[in-house]
Amino acid sequence: MSSLVGTGALVRLALRRDRIILAAFIVILVVMVAASANATIKLYPSLASRLEVAATINDATATLAMYGPIHDDTSIGALATFKTGMLGAVAVAVLALLIVIRHTRTEEETGRLELLGATVVGRHAPLTAALLVAGGAGLVSGVGTAVGLIAVGLPTAGSVVMGLGFVCLGIVFAAVAGVTAQLARSARPAAGMAGAALGVAYLVRAIGDASTANGFGWISWLSPVGWWQQSRPFAGNMWWVLALMLVVAVAVSALAYVLAARRDFAAGLLPDRPGPATASASLRSPLALAWRLQRGSLFTWAATFATVGVVVGGLVSSVGNFANNPQARDFIIKLGGEHILTDAYLALELGIMGILAAVFGVRSVMRLRAEESSLLAEPVLATAVGRVRWAWSHLTVALAGSALLLVAVGCSAGLVSALQLNDPGLGVRILVGALVQIPAAWSVIGIVVAAFGLVPRAIVIGWVALLAFVLLGEFGPLFNLSQAVMNISPFAHVPRIPGGAFAIAPMLWLTAIAAGLIVLGLGGFRRRDVG
Amino acid sequence: MVTIEKLNKSFGSTRALDGLDLEVNAGEIHGLLGPNGAGKTTTIRVLLGLLRADSGVARLLGGDPWRDVERLHRRLAYVPGEVTLWPNLTGGEVIDLLGRLRGGLDKKRRADLLERFELDPTKKARAYSKGNRQKVALVAALSCDVELLLLDEPTAGLDPLMDAVFRECIVEQRAQGRTALLSSHILSEVEALADRVSIIRDGRTVEVGSLAEMRHLARVTISADLAGAPAGLTTMPGVHNLRVDGNHVEFMVDPDRLDQALVALTSVGVTSLTSHPPTLEELFLRHYGDESSGAQAGQVATS
Repeated sequence: MSSLVGTGALVRLALRRDRIILAAFIVILVVMVAASANATIKLYPSLASRLEVAATINDATATLAMYGPIHDDTSIGALATFKTGMLGAVAVAVLALLIVIRHTRTEEETGRLELLGATVVGRHAPLTAALLVAGGAGLVSGVGTAVGLIAVGLPTAGSVVMGLGFVCLGIVFAAVAGVTAQLARSARPAAGMAGAALGVAYLVRAIGDASTANGFGWISWLSPVGWWQQSRPFAGNMWWVLALMLVVAVAVSALAYVLAARRDFAAGLLPDRPGPATASASLRSPLALAWRLQRGSLFTWAATFATVGVVVGGLVSSVGNFANNPQARDFIIKLGGEHILTDAYLALELGIMGILAAVFGVRSVMRLRAEESSLLAEPVLATAVGRVRWAWSHLTVALAGSALLLVAVGCSAGLVSALQLNDPGLGVRILVGALVQIPAAWSVIGIVVAAFGLVPRAIVIGWVALLAFVLLGEFGPLFNLSQAVMNISPFAHVPRIPGGAFAIAPMLWLTAIAAGLIVLGLGGFRRRDVG
Repeated sequence: MVTIEKLNKSFGSTRALDGLDLEVNAGEIHGLLGPNGAGKTTTIRVLLGLLRADSGVARLLGGDPWRDVERLHRRLAYVPGEVTLWPNLTGGEVIDLLGRLRGGLDKKRRADLLERFELDPTKKARAYSKGNRQKVALVAALSCDVELLLLDEPTAGLDPLMDAVFRECIVEQRAQGRTALLSSHILSEVEALADRVSIIRDGRTVEVGSLAEMRHLARVTISADLAGAPAGLTTMPGVHNLRVDGNHVEFMVDPDRLDQALVALTSVGVTSLTSHPPTLEELFLRHYGDESSGAQAGQVATS
């Protein structure tokens, strides 16, 4: 197997480079899953209370779409992990696909792999090493999760299925990333394609799970994320579904190897076509350049947001009216919703879209740092373009793009909902509910800009902050964190619309904070060294 | 055009520039010569306002490179040593974009340069080799109407043919009255192009002057076939690296002892003689002698 020579060395290199981020990810994942299971067990000591809550969850379209159903309403394990299970499995899948892209296409694109490739490294060693590291990271995450769940007192079999499910979903998307790394020439679109595949899988499962009552539950089976859901940890432990996932992962990996063997180094599968010999008249400013570099990604995101809006709006008619007993209500409040109603469902989904819009914003504005460290900023800054004007280029795309995404989802969800329920007023409320997310997303962008200007080497602060806000919003109530702590997240201040009352004040001061952070960051960037 | 006095710049505990001086006169091609890590790129990045000097003076085209960025950058063009391009833009698009951001480019000259550098502007940047990426940066810089060119090891990756084209272009630019600061560790390039040279080392300027001036200070190499065995050279002060091979001698001699050495040779009888002035390489080694190892370094390290 000379094509695999050097795999071991590459695995060690990858582990050396990623040791901190991998360790941090796994610890956070295991602690979150175990701690939230522990908190849930304490919250619902009696069988009666669990039955009630499980019924509520299984009746609510919002929770079905987000996290999937609880397959066994008597199982404390199923209840204790219904949220962290889905989020954890998806998080492991994201980690796995990012690892694979990072150690294959990114390395190839930057030319570092060429450096290694000239040493004794087999043709298939990089892909194999990346898959091994991703699989290994998934395995450690899964084992840690299983041990954590057993430690808080949940049944062993269910805990193991949960852990193995994480591993399997991770491996499936590692393999998917292995394929997209061969298709795309650059790391960004490769990661984007793999991420889109995960997004589609999640969405398909959401549609299936949310429309089980209407007889469309089978749709979930079209999605690997749905398969994970159907492994039913603590609720039947369907081991064979995990085997199915492994088979698919192996098949997809095999495809990646076939594709890898059929292309040249640093090339994609699609040949490069010649482009224009001269720039179009509009390509004459840093903003035009940023737009040119990001428009493809923004179009994809916008199309995705519009599609999600259609799905969210389409499910609105299947949102039932639920038991209004205090306990169920209490649990739904802890889920983040205020009423077990259509409004709560919509507000919850729009809140998630707000976070996803912030994800786009962070990615987009981090382009500034990427351009700087890859020396692409230098030739532009050597022309008659000042630093601040240059920085505003990607920043403008980030701010306007994240707002555009929320407009897209607000319009599509609003339109579809209004048609479904024949209620134009609801459509308008949904659009407003999407628009109120904008200042919160902007303030996260502001954090990135501040980091870029003041501590450019620590720009990852942007992602850490966003992750912290998501964890606070998702799990703060479950852990009974004080409101003051949860208020750290800008998303905690967004009015929940539809349902809640619109308030202008948080909109204004969130925007002011975003503006302040941007001013701070740009001020810092003006004063520091570039490079 | 460029004045730098006692410029200091540290990155953490590393001193990149340690009291560097540099003076580039209008209309000249000024070579900035030094090995890797001497501070050439740092100097140019200070002049571009990308780095802020810790202390010292840096003036460029009569302005402050840190404050007057936009005004000054309209009047200069820059070619980085390591060219990275946006992978999904074509070379032609990059040339136009950078030209427009600088304030406009000369379309005729752009076409002419593309032809001379044999660069296909329709290729996506990701498909270019290192040399071709370098050509994109060169065409973008040279097709602009500017007063000053800042060239940071601009020929890295160019083949000898393209290297010759580059030299032609720079000579033309000088004929049109432009000034260039050319950083390089390639001695022959600086030797062929530069009117004056600043040799820098460890962030300090160790020697400035025209090549003629520098050569005046450095030893001449003599190689001669004599009628008989050489006499008197071994003990003569100012003669270095003497190698005797039968009736053939090779040695270096200090300029003020040249006459004396020639007398010694002609007293034996000379059948053939070649002499050549010090190459830049030899000048260079004079300043780096203690870093290089081997015979040659030992021979020339005493100045």
